[in-house]
Amino acid sequence: MRPAFSVLFLTTLIGVGQGLLVALVTAQFFLVIGADGAGETGGFYALGSVLALILLGLGLLASFFHLANPGRAWRSAAKWRTSWLSREVILIPAVCGLAFLYALVHWLGWSPVLLVFDNGKALDLPMALGFAAAGASLALFVCTGMIYACVRFVRQWASAWTVVNYLMMGLASGFTLAAAYAALSGSALRDFLTVAALALTLLAMATRLYQVRRNGRVRLKSTLKTAIGSHHPQIRQISQGFMGQSFNTTEFFTPGAAETIRGLTLFFTLAGFVVPAILLAASLGGDYGLLMVAAALCQYAGLLAERWVFFAAGNHVQNLYYQARA
Amino acid sequence: MSKVQLALVIDLNVCVGCHACVTSCKEWNSSGWAGPMTDENPYGADPSGVFFNRVQTYECGTYPETETIHFPKSCLHCVEPPCVPVCPTGASYKREEDGIVLVDYDKCIGCKYCSWSCPYGAREFDPVQGVMKKCTLCVDRIYDKTLAEDRRKPACVLACPPGARLFGDVNDPASEASRAIRDNGGFQLMPEWGTNPANHYLPRRKTSMTLHHDELVRVDNPLKIEGELPRPSFNAPSIDDLSSW
Repeated sequence: MRPAFSVLFLTTLIGVGQGLLVALVTAQFFLVIGADGAGETGGFYALGSVLALILLGLGLLASFFHLANPGRAWRSAAKWRTSWLSREVILIPAVCGLAFLYALVHWLGWSPVLLVFDNGKALDLPMALGFAAAGASLALFVCTGMIYACVRFVRQWASAWTVVNYLMMGLASGFTLAAAYAALSGSALRDFLTVAALALTLLAMATRLYQVRRNGRVRLKSTLKTAIGSHHPQIRQISQGFMGQSFNTTEFFTPGAAETIRGLTLFFTLAGFVVPAILLAASLGGDYGLLMVAAALCQYAGLLAERWVFFAAGNHVQNLYYQARA
Repeated sequence: MSKVQLALVIDLNVCVGCHACVTSCKEWNSSGWAGPMTDENPYGADPSGVFFNRVQTYECGTYPETETIHFPKSCLHCVEPPCVPVCPTGASYKREEDGIVLVDYDKCIGCKYCSWSCPYGAREFDPVQGVMKKCTLCVDRIYDKTLAEDRRKPACVLACPPGARLFGDVNDPASEASRAIRDNGGFQLMPEWGTNPANHYLPRRKTSMTLHHDELVRVDNPLKIEGELPRPSFNAPSIDDLSSW
């Protein structure tokens, strides 16, 4: 499949945004249930949430470049019963809205208690909104992953690992950014977020490399035999019916993919996972804000390459019909 | 299954690969309801364009034991079209009344997701109009009351010189299309995906007969002149047992 840069930026940017949001909520929850009772200012969460909102907004902006008729984009919320794309279209503004509300109540310091539990802990409005925002973010990860995982005609995509990896890589990059943000703002959450980011980055590397290995082995379910319905054991295409280009030859193929995929797989393994993990581990316990910013930027570049590989490695069944230009 | 499902039946045994269906499809639909069928850089070095129908050529076997198969490919109007439920806007739909899968150009946002969900590569995106396009089974022809009844068929069917393309309701067992599928081993493409395509193909069929030696050499003498038979002898047996004449 041809990697479209609009989609690469969309999926990676909203991934970081959602991950950052989940990281902030997790950190807040960590402090709430923490025994020492230490807190973080509302401004910390508000600014972090605004950062997530900017990333989500940039992703949304990128998505419009993928549409040939962006003016009609509002129509794409219509078929949420059957289409994962439609569900994603509904959830992105929902996550943005919840992130905005989460930032707002933190900024205003408006925290009415909603529930008091037996152990003396209380659920206030910012925490409740945070849970809603994190839940919506996780649901959005599933939607984004399922858009690709449900395309059963691309065997490299059609597996649960697609969803797992969208989730893991989004969380890893979001937590890394959150750790860098916490380090820069001198927050007490720095070490908690750094350890979480390190763990998620290593876990994401494991699940993604597993999918790379799996994709090296999957085979197309269809052959030329079933494609043209001939029982002959030896079939080859003489002509695809035209000598120029068509949508079928440009959208579903990536020129020079095999070579580039090999190189970029190595690149994204290093830049997306190994180097950030080393940088995160190195900055544990110390005040290395800039090092962690470098880790986050490096990881983002790596994940951008990862997304390119994800698309380019997808081999669509229809390619069987387009093998010989004559 | 009682519903109408219009479809094409393409006889691979008859198709000669002349591309007349391709050009007539392009001609009719460029100016019709489903048009335009945009071409980009049509006279340049690397032309690209939208077609609803392509004729491909395959070769089976190794020389000299080869067989050429000309293979026309267009939207198969699946009974279970995987391209329809994935459309986020509902622009891609299957008509209740005749089973034709269509794209509503006024709703299409051009996200191309439907084309990813088609294993046959039947959909072609028009980058100029920014919408997805595909075979409509000439929906603007087949119901046109201003045309003579025998002309209310898809343009490709009318154009096919050897008559390799049949058009009809594949759910009506009495239709010409259904009969052709039934009688000639009609099959669907890529049945493993469960899309249940409405369009069917008829396989290549070898026409052969077995001749025995005695069918090649006449036993009787064709040069014999048929003259008057010799009169039987007087005492030869006769029909009435009385006389020979």
